Amino acid sequence: MKLHEYQAKQVFADAGIPTPASTLADDVDGVLTAAEDIGYPVAVKAQVQVGGRGKAGGIKLVEDAEEAREAAESILGMDLKGYHVDRVLVEEAVDFTDELYVGVTMDRGEGKPVAMVSTKGGVDIEAVAEETPEAIASEHIDPAFGMHPYQARKAVYDAGIDAHLARDVASVLTTLYQLWDDKDGADAEINPLMVTSDDEVIAADAVMNIDEDALFRQPELAEMEAEAASGDELEQKADEYSFDYVRLEGNVGIIGNGAGLVMTTLDLVDHYGGTPANFLDVGGGAKAERIANALDMVFSDENVDSVVFNIFGGITRGDEVAKGINEALGQFEEIPKPVVVRLAGTNWEAGMEILNEDLVTVEATLESAVQRAVSYADEVNQ
Amino acid sequence: MSVLVDDDTRVVVQGITGGEGKFHAGQMLEYGTNVVAGAVPGKGGQEVHGVPVYDTVDEAVEKEDADASVVFVPPAFASDAMFEALDTDLDLVVAITEGVPTQDMARVKRRLSETDTHLIGPNCPGLITPGEAKLGILPGNIFAAGDVGLVSRSGTLTYQVVDNLTKRGIGQTTAIGIGGDPIIGTSFIDALELFENDPDTKAIAMCGEIGGEDEEQAAAYIDEHVDTPVAGFIAGRTAPPGKRMGHAGAIVSGSGTGTAESKINALNDAGVPVGDTPEEVADHIEGFL
Repeated sequence: MKLHEYQAKQVFADAGIPTPASTLADDVDGVLTAAEDIGYPVAVKAQVQVGGRGKAGGIKLVEDAEEAREAAESILGMDLKGYHVDRVLVEEAVDFTDELYVGVTMDRGEGKPVAMVSTKGGVDIEAVAEETPEAIASEHIDPAFGMHPYQARKAVYDAGIDAHLARDVASVLTTLYQLWDDKDGADAEINPLMVTSDDEVIAADAVMNIDEDALFRQPELAEMEAEAASGDELEQKADEYSFDYVRLEGNVGIIGNGAGLVMTTLDLVDHYGGTPANFLDVGGGAKAERIANALDMVFSDENVDSVVFNIFGGITRGDEVAKGINEALGQFEEIPKPVVVRLAGTNWEAGMEILNEDLVTVEATLESAVQRAVSYADEVNQ
Repeated sequence: MSVLVDDDTRVVVQGITGGEGKFHAGQMLEYGTNVVAGAVPGKGGQEVHGVPVYDTVDEAVEKEDADASVVFVPPAFASDAMFEALDTDLDLVVAITEGVPTQDMARVKRRLSETDTHLIGPNCPGLITPGEAKLGILPGNIFAAGDVGLVSRSGTLTYQVVDNLTKRGIGQTTAIGIGGDPIIGTSFIDALELFENDPDTKAIAMCGEIGGEDEEQAAAYIDEHVDTPVAGFIAGRTAPPGKRMGHAGAIVSGSGTGTAESKINALNDAGVPVGDTPEEVADHIEGFL
């Protein structure tokens, strides 16, 4: 779960990391009032969770009220890479002389957190990592002990940070690591950490990704998530049903159990010449109602022309799946989109007996089921 | 022969009084697994399916001589259960629980490095040596005893590939679901090493997915250390960058690492054919035998 910039900045500021003065606004008057309070120049920044906001016209630096009004009018309500902008952050424009980078993430290969510092802030850090990896100083942290103070100092020295800034940057890194640890961070990042003309450091941007599996013990952050839900209506609906769901661009709807098998089903749709409309994992042990909800999800996507339902039961039982399909499809006078079903594993024979074959097309193998669904989708588009 | 589990393995089930733990302890017993004890704090003295329950893993090990545990404990308490199991020097711990916080797993992995225990999972279906024992939630009826070692990050994809093999009359020595989380105990490399050293494993099927670099590292390991023929499968070719595809570990980062293409190329370079479909994986395996 990724926090919005304004949320991450609040979390960082509460922990004592210097951040520019800022106010969240959702209309033009709010922007103007905030800008007056902060004092021009200010930056007006769209609060949506996409990269490259600046290039897409979602961030504007303004010098006076007239420019602030123009910026507010153009950014509020705009569509930024598919996300509707309904809030902006009005932020003090920092007069800076240099841009640094600090970050903490989990190195999954090592199974350890890693703290990073670089003098190459203000640019895409992944590109820096690719092109000049030596420009990023990193320290792996032993999760049994946490970050030792010397490790923060070492990362700062290794990165070649100017001596008169070293103490402040090490202090920001230490706080950032502590936050990452306390809040169950996946990544925590300040890029850029600006150096002002007075030789102060200040977090000009803030990135905080929280481990979704740890939200149960981060109630304050879990509430933020509710406030900043995904912009996509179907993805919101999936949250309500608590499905693992990702919307894609294609027209073959996909429902299955288990992440690896659902991904494989997507891949096979592609392999047989179709385009997947979504990833939908009903999870383990799904009962009839959940199966019906999954069909409702996929039918709600107007791009979908056919559906492939692929279940290999371990803890999921074929008879429950069949009941759910019958219930969901039984309520329609006419089935909205053709559904191809493949059942295997636990209780699949019982499932096949229950399944009403007037409502669906049954296939015996994964490969044949996908091929059938792809051909149905093709027929619609002929 | 087999790896990690056989009909001598003595299993304690942590969380045996919960819904999942109880159901699957029953399924394991039915399959023939020696489930000798349960461990649930506050439930010592009870019995589940005729199996005695103890308050601690330590007591279960002492009284019933258990040498392996299966963890069916909710995510908030799962790392504590794994620490408890690791502190009793079991040979094998299998963590089925899905949704264990990643930072908890980093601490467990740190502790694991100080022990000789094999930890499988978390977020995995467990492992099975067909005809002898299963530890976890895999549906026993689709497996058959035979010559193929199977290792996979995904549960249901394991079943799919096993089904393709079994239907052709190709059985398995042991099948291991190592789990779909970013930080797991036993890696592909650990599993490949076990299969390489098992004289009865004549071929290996390895099912990976997008995210991380485990498959690339496994490919390098195969190139250097594995003589047993390996066939691969990689799920997630069509996954868009930056989206978590169900498994917490299954995400392609913005910079393009962890992609299916990178994994397939690495495996091909190590001489491992990668099937476009599960059926093609079975074709490759059949060709090896």
